[in-house]
Amino acid sequence: MSALHEEGLVQLHRLLVDREVSAAEVLDDQLAAIERREPEVHAYLRLTDELARAQAAEADRRLAAGDGVGALTGIPVALKDVLCVAGVETTAGSKILRGYRPPTDATVVRRLREAGAVFLGMTNCDEFAMGSSTENSSYGPTRNPVDARRVPGGSSGGSAAAVGAGEAVVSLGTDTGGSIRQPAALCGVVGVKPTYGRVSRFGLIAFASSLDQVGPFARSVADAAHVLQAISGLDPRDATSADRPADLLGELEGGVEGMRLGVPREYFEIEGMETGVRVAVEQALAALERAGAELVEVSLPHTDYGLAAYYIIAPAEASSNLARFDSVRYGMRDESATNLLETYLRTRRHGFGPEVRRRVMLGTYALSAGYYDAYYLKAQKVRTLIAQDFTAAFEHCDAIVSATSPCVAFPLGAKTEDPLQMYLNDVLTLPASLAGLPGVSLPCGSSWNLPVGLQVLAPQWEDARALRVARAFEALQVSQPQPSGEGSR
Amino acid sequence: MRPGWEAVIGMEVHAQLSTRSKMFCTCSSDYLAAEPNAHVCEVCLGLPGALPVANGKAVEQVIRTALALNCKIAEHSKFDRKNYFYPDLPKGYQISQYDMPLSLTGWVDIPGRRVRITRVHLEEDTGKLVHAGDALATAQESLVDLNRAGVPLMEIVSEPDLTSADEARDYAQTLRAVLRAIGASEAEMEKGQLRAEANVSVRKAGAVELGVKTELKNINSFRSLHRAVEFEIDRQIEVLESGGEIVQETRGWSEPDQRTFSQRRKEFADDYRYFPEPDLPPLTIDPVWVEGIREALPELPHVRSKRLVEVHGITEFDAGLLVQEGATADLFEATVAAGAPAKPVANWMISHQPELDAARLAELVNLVVGGTINRDQALEVMAQAQRDGSRPGDVVRDKGLAQVSDEGALGEVIGAVIAEFPQAAADFRSGNQRALGALLAEVKKKTDGRANMKLASQLLRDSLKES
Amino acid sequence: MLARLGLEAEEEDYYAQQLSGILEHIGRLGELDTDSIKPTAQAVPLEARLRQDQPEPGLTQEQALANAPERRSGFFVVKAIQDPEP
Repeated sequence: MSALHEEGLVQLHRLLVDREVSAAEVLDDQLAAIERREPEVHAYLRLTDELARAQAAEADRRLAAGDGVGALTGIPVALKDVLCVAGVETTAGSKILRGYRPPTDATVVRRLREAGAVFLGMTNCDEFAMGSSTENSSYGPTRNPVDARRVPGGSSGGSAAAVGAGEAVVSLGTDTGGSIRQPAALCGVVGVKPTYGRVSRFGLIAFASSLDQVGPFARSVADAAHVLQAISGLDPRDATSADRPADLLGELEGGVEGMRLGVPREYFEIEGMETGVRVAVEQALAALERAGAELVEVSLPHTDYGLAAYYIIAPAEASSNLARFDSVRYGMRDESATNLLETYLRTRRHGFGPEVRRRVMLGTYALSAGYYDAYYLKAQKVRTLIAQDFTAAFEHCDAIVSATSPCVAFPLGAKTEDPLQMYLNDVLTLPASLAGLPGVSLPCGSSWNLPVGLQVLAPQWEDARALRVARAFEALQVSQPQPSGEGSR
Repeated sequence: MRPGWEAVIGMEVHAQLSTRSKMFCTCSSDYLAAEPNAHVCEVCLGLPGALPVANGKAVEQVIRTALALNCKIAEHSKFDRKNYFYPDLPKGYQISQYDMPLSLTGWVDIPGRRVRITRVHLEEDTGKLVHAGDALATAQESLVDLNRAGVPLMEIVSEPDLTSADEARDYAQTLRAVLRAIGASEAEMEKGQLRAEANVSVRKAGAVELGVKTELKNINSFRSLHRAVEFEIDRQIEVLESGGEIVQETRGWSEPDQRTFSQRRKEFADDYRYFPEPDLPPLTIDPVWVEGIREALPELPHVRSKRLVEVHGITEFDAGLLVQEGATADLFEATVAAGAPAKPVANWMISHQPELDAARLAELVNLVVGGTINRDQALEVMAQAQRDGSRPGDVVRDKGLAQVSDEGALGEVIGAVIAEFPQAAADFRSGNQRALGALLAEVKKKTDGRANMKLASQLLRDSLKES
Repeated sequence: MLARLGLEAEEEDYYAQQLSGILEHIGRLGELDTDSIKPTAQAVPLEARLRQDQPEPGLTQEQALANAPERRSGFFVVKAIQDPEP
């Protein structure tokens, strides 16, 4: 048997239920693994080991009593630093929130807590989830567990790296334009962005409200599905959460035989698509075809405009969402100011990093009088066109398959000076975000020994279908993905 | 108003809605007596990650108001964010309604005029600031209390149809009466539940083009509203007559100085960067729901006022006062139904604000009308009945309060008074009317205030003429 | 200024240069004819759910003020406000 921290959720659950191991033992092994890998990876901003020990003890009580035991009872979980945990410092990777302790759990956090999960700590991310490399964190970058010279992707880089490095069994991230799928691809793990509205956003520190969704990272599709099942569902505290219960696990092993998988021409022709990535994805498509799927060429003609629409809508919403960081009720305050306006200016000047300032500026501009129609309204209309592209495509196929990211993990610092190049990482994930679709990224081979991600998109509310296709492809792989860097080598 | 000029006035009235919880969270909206920052939660504090959920009752109250103001109710509506920085605005934006308000285009009648309503929309209130030191401009720091933040607020915008300070005040009072009658708002100006802002401009009489307007704020009573508008009209006319120009700006009303003062120049239009609130799905208003609200609307004050005049023959002025509060008009009608004559009931209610039930009030008024007790005695009876719930007739009997209306008994007292004050009697006879008052006061004194003064006056005149 | 970010002059140039590249890319939206297209504010069609008007206890004053940079007598404290109310 491999080390406990290399096991998946499903296997650990079995061991816990059979009382072959205790939640406390699982946690100890997990914390030891964190101690070994963390100096290199820096997946976590802070560990919550005390809380974790208490939760593990409680999980063991439940397991012993056989009462209130679910798939997540006793499972070590890492949480992206944008998800509020009552009493635990939660900063959204920003200096402006240093020391902030929320009074209440985010709904997803509460659901995991009630399910008996064990919270390892808060993971690193780009400041306010704005970025594609986790280099925009105010607290230093996270490194890719496969190759520490490279970025883990972002913005949920810490959560992806933690699962990739065996520093967590599963984790939660958030996806606004690709912030779960892209780091999952770059770190070689599974990441799921649910349909907008499937998971509550209450307690998720907002970046762009009409796009943000919480979702899981895991080392297998089934593990991810278990976590998503646990956090999904209507929340009276989020008016955009939907009452659409779904069984995400029942059809998981249904396979792809007879399924029509859409292959969007435009997604293979975009700027910056690396040959190695394209080859890996084409091999994956061939494998799926051999497994009985029918490949259908589809067209998403407005793909080239997704990035532009996204970089108006998301910053516009962000410019408003981030206005609350005014140092009145919480957060960093610059004490050198002598009046309120100076307090605002200096606090926000020193509290926000460059990318956040860039996007707040962009969003403020796009909403300002005289530019609203040309930018914000135009972007909303293009959003309609992009959504219509998908609706039309799904008339010809059951799911859409492509690369998640046009490139593999890039070296730290490679794109920090050119925001547009950084943004282009997300061209294949943004359109689905704008359309509110569910998407899964899972490993599909490698290029230059770096993981390549396969993205599976499904129509709204068909999260189970995306997971089923992903699981079918996963089952075709000779070996299951393993935590990288130790154990598996 | 100075001849040759006319004023053009539009009003923006904000009213806090009568709901138990806040607009977008479940905090109690009953904040007036609370400790600072004790009626707050993640949502109204604007904590990171908090999300709004709209209060259905508040939407209903706006629809109710809009129907009472003859507005069209939108089938599709939405919330928008109005972005600006101020420390009483926790999120850095106010959730309001921009281009798809809950209702549009209605009207309300005020004495002598029909005022068009532009729109009625729903938003949230801000918190409160307390300025350490004195005024905002000189305070070194301010204290922030967010109990009020997120209380449901409705904005009623009128067309610029008003032409005088009187009409501005009448309009605000009419809205207050409507809001109270339908239970949409307590609408107490002094408590900040109703806030009126007036957009005032003047122009030469008969001119077509509008003058430059100023926006008047910080108005805390109907009286201040009247004075502020009056002052502003005069000020603008003076500026224009002396060759000056009106600057478009916000002007505050200073109660101590009884004048308006410049607060903020609007050289640049405010840029609130409105955009659709992504945290709240758009609203679809069910017409069946709206019809249900319409059918349950009570009789509106101006309709009721007309009916009171027609049915009970009281004056328009009295009727207008009685319908200011639905409960007052209810009491009036019940008292009349209990057998008291309408005009004296109206007079008594307007002059003395009785806190009696209809049966007792009818009894009281009838005792006065029938001459059993006089006004002073009636006030005493009313006080006792209000104190312990006794029937007015019983109070009169138990206290022996019935006024002396016996001509013989009164005649004796009058004879004694004339004998005692011959000089006063002589003065009256030589034409000094005031002497009669002095003699009557003596009569009142000698009967311990129980004399039927009307009768006494008549008898005294007669006696003085005779002798 | 609207965003209250407190930029210095040299930073303005730096951001202006970066933003102009992004805005140039964004400019491609102008190629699309969207006159007859309805805007999408929320991609997933959701029904507004209105809440019952039922008060529930929120945070205590202590919880509300716990993260405040400056507090006194139950209030949050801010430096002199020089702008009048918007």
